[in-house]
Amino acid sequence: MNANKMPSTNKPKNWFSALAHPGVFLGWSRHFIRPLIFLTLISFAIGLWFAFFNSPPDYQMGETVRIMYIHVPNAWLAQMVYSIMAISAIGSLVWRHPLADVAMKAAAPLGAAFTAIALFTGALWGRPTWGTYWEWDGRMTSTLVLFLMYLGLVALWNTFSDQSKGARIIAVFTLVGAINIPIIKFSVEWWNALHQPSIISTQGLSMPAEIYTPLLIMTLAFSLLFFTLHLVNMRAEIFRRRANTLERQHVIENAQASAANNGKGENK
Amino acid sequence: MRAFLIVIGRDLQLAIKNGGATLTQLIFFISIGVIMPIAIGPDKQILADLAPAIIWIAALLSTLLGLDRLFVADHEDGTLLSLHHASISLTSISAAKIISHWLITALPLILATPLLAVMLFMELPQFLATITALLLGTPALAALGAIGAAISVTLKRGGMVAPILILPLAIPILIFGVSAANSFAGAQTSSSAMLFLGAISLLAVAFAPFAISLALKAAEE
Repeated sequence: MNANKMPSTNKPKNWFSALAHPGVFLGWSRHFIRPLIFLTLISFAIGLWFAFFNSPPDYQMGETVRIMYIHVPNAWLAQMVYSIMAISAIGSLVWRHPLADVAMKAAAPLGAAFTAIALFTGALWGRPTWGTYWEWDGRMTSTLVLFLMYLGLVALWNTFSDQSKGARIIAVFTLVGAINIPIIKFSVEWWNALHQPSIISTQGLSMPAEIYTPLLIMTLAFSLLFFTLHLVNMRAEIFRRRANTLERQHVIENAQASAANNGKGENK
Repeated sequence: MRAFLIVIGRDLQLAIKNGGATLTQLIFFISIGVIMPIAIGPDKQILADLAPAIIWIAALLSTLLGLDRLFVADHEDGTLLSLHHASISLTSISAAKIISHWLITALPLILATPLLAVMLFMELPQFLATITALLLGTPALAALGAIGAAISVTLKRGGMVAPILILPLAIPILIFGVSAANSFAGAQTSSSAMLFLGAISLLAVAFAPFAISLALKAAEE
């Protein structure tokens, strides 16, 4: 069980396994952190400038339309992060890959945060436009359920003392919960309720370009933010596991050493 | 098939021999029905309108109450490990476990529902709709609950984890269960919620055994 936490010496054959080996991953991912931070900051700067100064207020909603530039990217990420967790869950169930476990664990708190922001900005936006902070409409309820599931997953990770054993069990639950993602996606079509339908659909865009451009840039910026945080969080998790392994080894070595010393003392 | 029935029979025998747990659960279920009128007030009309929702919440909470003992005892005395080597697959055993879990936890509650119906001043059509909805919906609750129990089977400090995990997934059952019970009470009757409830139960019972056996396999490694 501890073997897959330890850096192993045998090199995997295909390129994907080679890159996904935790030790190798730590090596190459280090070079991506700074460029990712830089890109995130740049796209936030451009996106926020567009969102605040270079886009018109909506003719119906007025200035409150700008909440959308935060709300929509976070709602999108809330679902994307869960999809990434579900794909990692398949990776950890089928190939038992330790990096998939790490990716799954590192994504859960981030997904919870993005979902919380989406729910919060949605409430702030709903008050002036719909006249209510909250409505028990299909999309809102299913997003709230998603938030609860993220919290449940974070809680579940904290209860397992053996993380690599826990990973496979948590992967099962992640896949069971993935049924919620299509429900959120199609909720506005199935239940024609308060929440408006998707703005990006196969029939083309339902909004003018000057609103669409900042929205797209902000979505890119938040996605980059997620990738940066996810990468850093994954690396932190790998280091945490290594530290745990080292600590355990240290305890065992100490115990062996003291046992050996005691043995010598008795012999004399 | 014989092994399948033996697993169910063993669970039922164990439940009858130490029936305390089922009884506790039943008392909990009825207690919710008792405290609700006290909290809401003895208004007959309000209570009758809320009755299906109260009964569903009581059923949901009391099925969650019995979750922790579904697999834990079998895990601790090694039964679960030996079931890995049974003549039928772990997936079939998981299906048998769902059935026995339903028989032990959900069926007594459904049988006790008339008592709650009287306490909450339910009309007969509303009561019949509620009990039909319970019969259709509780298999899904049992299946989901068994998934939660399988996930938390090895957790020593995880007694509360399974209910927290399962509650969000049980929301669709609650929604359709209550609306199915209400749909037969008013002027216009509609069976769509009832059909949805049955569909959810069929899907949940069909797919849950695979998830349960995966989780149990991971737990016993």
